[in-house]
Amino acid sequence: MAQTRYPKTPREERPEESIEAPTRRTDETPERGSFSRRQFLRGSAAAGAASAGLLSGILDDAAAQGEPGVAGPGAVDMAFKINGKAYVATLEPRVTLLDALRNHLDLTGAKKVCDRGTCGACTVLLNGDPVYACSVLAIEAQGAEITTVEGLGSPANMHPIQQAFVDNDAQQCGFCTPGFVVASAALLNRHPNPDQDTVHRELGGNLCRCGTYAGVRAAVAQAAGGGTTNG
Amino acid sequence: MAEYTWPAAGDRLHIGKRISRLDGPVKATGRAKYAYDMNRLGMLWAIMVQSPHAHARITGIDTSAAEAMDGVVKVHIIQDVGTEIQWAHDEIVAVAATSEEVARDAAAAVKIDYEVLPHFVNERAVDEAPDAQPAQAETTGDPAAAMASAASTSSDSYHAAQIAHCSLESHGQVAEWQDEETVTLWASTQAISGVASQLGEAIGIPASNVHVETQYMGGGFGSKFSVDRWGVVCAELSRMTGRPVKLMLDRDQEVSVAGARPSTHAEVSAGADADGNVVAWDSKSWGSGGPSGAGSPPIPYVFSFDNQTHAHTSVPTNTGPARAWRAPNHPQACFVTMRALEDLSHAAGMDPLDFFLKNIEKTGERSNVYTEELEKGAELMGWRDRWRPRGSATGTVRSGLGLALHTWGGRGHRSNCEVLAYRDGLVEARIGSQDLGTGTRTIIAMVLAETFGLGIEQVKVTMGRSVLPASGASGGSTTVGGVSGSTRRAALNAVDAVFERIAPRLGTEMANLELKGGQVRFKDGSMAAMPWRQAAALIGVNPVSATGANPGPGQLNDSGVGGVQMADVSVDMETGVVSINRLVAVQDCGLVLDLKTAESQVYGSLIMGVTYALTEERVFDPHTGLMLNADMEFYKLAGIEDVGEMIVHMMTGPGYDERGVIGLGEPPVIAPGAAIANAATNATGVPINEMPMTPERVLAAINGGMA
Repeated sequence: MAQTRYPKTPREERPEESIEAPTRRTDETPERGSFSRRQFLRGSAAAGAASAGLLSGILDDAAAQGEPGVAGPGAVDMAFKINGKAYVATLEPRVTLLDALRNHLDLTGAKKVCDRGTCGACTVLLNGDPVYACSVLAIEAQGAEITTVEGLGSPANMHPIQQAFVDNDAQQCGFCTPGFVVASAALLNRHPNPDQDTVHRELGGNLCRCGTYAGVRAAVAQAAGGGTTNG
Repeated sequence: MAEYTWPAAGDRLHIGKRISRLDGPVKATGRAKYAYDMNRLGMLWAIMVQSPHAHARITGIDTSAAEAMDGVVKVHIIQDVGTEIQWAHDEIVAVAATSEEVARDAAAAVKIDYEVLPHFVNERAVDEAPDAQPAQAETTGDPAAAMASAASTSSDSYHAAQIAHCSLESHGQVAEWQDEETVTLWASTQAISGVASQLGEAIGIPASNVHVETQYMGGGFGSKFSVDRWGVVCAELSRMTGRPVKLMLDRDQEVSVAGARPSTHAEVSAGADADGNVVAWDSKSWGSGGPSGAGSPPIPYVFSFDNQTHAHTSVPTNTGPARAWRAPNHPQACFVTMRALEDLSHAAGMDPLDFFLKNIEKTGERSNVYTEELEKGAELMGWRDRWRPRGSATGTVRSGLGLALHTWGGRGHRSNCEVLAYRDGLVEARIGSQDLGTGTRTIIAMVLAETFGLGIEQVKVTMGRSVLPASGASGGSTTVGGVSGSTRRAALNAVDAVFERIAPRLGTEMANLELKGGQVRFKDGSMAAMPWRQAAALIGVNPVSATGANPGPGQLNDSGVGGVQMADVSVDMETGVVSINRLVAVQDCGLVLDLKTAESQVYGSLIMGVTYALTEERVFDPHTGLMLNADMEFYKLAGIEDVGEMIVHMMTGPGYDERGVIGLGEPPVIAPGAAIANAATNATGVPINEMPMTPERVLAAINGGMA
């Protein structure tokens, strides 16, 4: 990949080494249904000579014949489809999806809290299913449709569950909120009219410290259409 | 000269209504940028190497392997050879690297040698403590004689474990130098102004050259008042490398070193006369929140008895240090006191509701409020129909009721606000406060909009930056009183300043103008009222500016609230599992500004209360001195299915509103543990005297002895 050098600051002791650009988003959005990781990587490899060396490590003939490919331990090029847009990044294979989103793609909606698959603050959708992004390797999330809280809606055009979180004050500090919003959206996709037990079970993998569960219950009820509200 | 009061009930446009928090949309859509979310161009990640020992002396540090790694930019020794470490996970070395992964690898490659020293982490065994610090007993009357004459007495011990703050956004910050003299710190803090001063002193630049920015922060609960050593280290790493640096604590550090609520262990004897009046109280307590031990909890709590004595022993331990945790010392004191009074009511053969009402005058000046709140709570809980004497329940799963009272101050802190009125009609408040998620931003906007008679969307709040007019730290329920006072005064002054500016342009006197319902009116009727926006157009290109402070003229806030909570729980006698059926909270806090976010504070407090009552505990291994649950798998927070039905009732209207604004963050978090423990005791028929009420402990109590 092309390396980026940042302008020097006036400080004399400023180190000289270059670092990776935090974000490189391509504007080419692959057509829906035609996206495949291998095709995309081949396309990227053909287009970017600088990346060819690394990519060839993944796309060697053996791998193409179905044998396991070996990637890393150094950084390798990866491609993601997040919120309907294509992203590429050069990451070590050990990098989690959460760190890829937050540290490399500047998609910081998903939060790092426990980093051990307990609290749900990093919940994103992988092909529509809620997952803990801290417990998925980025390299394994390639090819999937990844949806983060940013992809559900924007402040000016909120998803109904986001609007319901606002209306019912289902958030205080807001650090658990993105995870709850994504998990709630997934819940409502699977159970459009959930009973309380279902809500509790489906959201039992998300933890809040400020104590917003009353608001969350009311928000899910509102978004499901017809529930009581907390507002 | 403006009259500094709140509008009368019939004249309120926003105050007391249910307003959605203004930053709700940016938070719910993931756009809100917290300190942890700041990604700056060329930024380095910093990771700290932590002590694996609870008590040790550093004998050697070898950073050579770390420094040789590709991507490592700086290795910085925080505590050098010879330093005595007093708790595990204390930070010793910081590594800054071009990626988080490299920083972690490098931190793991730092070699530190220790001379391991003896530790003490089990303060419950106070007799084994190497450095227990007893204080003189505080005594009123003659407790021994009163106890001897009591018609009924009870005596038991009560234990509340040490807990952590466990803020979801861990402590930390991003530092970036603008030039040789000026640094910006995006910090997760409850005190932007204080942190600027602390950091400036620590790194040798003027406080005015430290720009602290906190628009959103992911929980503090009293643990985020200080710049902390990691804040200083982050700024130093950034200065040394010439690059922005992000340093956030990992979860194990967060729950180990970034905040503890001290434990409280107590032995209490109490006595009542034949009518159920409490006549004697004798207690001693001890506890620890780390190397400084623990201060004395206010026991007996809420009540004062004619004959009482209390003695406290502070027990230093080799555990991460205590920090203020919502209503410091009150939840523990409430648990000890209310459990003991429940036991005494049982000994006296009384319903605790009657027993508390019988003794309510011993709560002092707010006894009428408590009476009103007890009656309201009883109504919402159905107490009179549903309460049965302790041990009446039968079967495997047994239900019971419990109640508790609490109190807090909550007077507004020092705060300054500048209000600007622009000719396009926009009105802006600038205030160096921070919104922890309590809704501070929203109530500032409400007060500003209320004062100008505008819609919430017609005003702007600029806050969360230390360069703005200084406002106090957000702690102790002091923020809402402080910022509402300064904003109201600044806004009223701004209205006057606008009139002064535009009156000549309208050919009238300033005193002839008034602002009502979004209209500028002429008191003498000489001209028709004009909309605010039309009047504002006369302000001119330079905005009108006015300031206000708290404290200041007029009675806008007050101190001192009560509160009653009741719990309905079920206990499985075979598993020891306590489950919450219903919680009722009745709370006063003077004039409620935003009813929606006020209720959220109470709901949240009930849920935090369930958590510390049932599951939350820092567990230390006496042999290694290490915290065994420094994560979120085993440091357990309650989930959405654990908290039961919650009913919140705010006491508002005549008798409450005229007191002005009083803080709400602390009071409702005090009583849930006590109410739940009393309910579990009522359900099982045996005293449930330990928090958290884990199944193991409840089963042990049921089987005749505490774990």
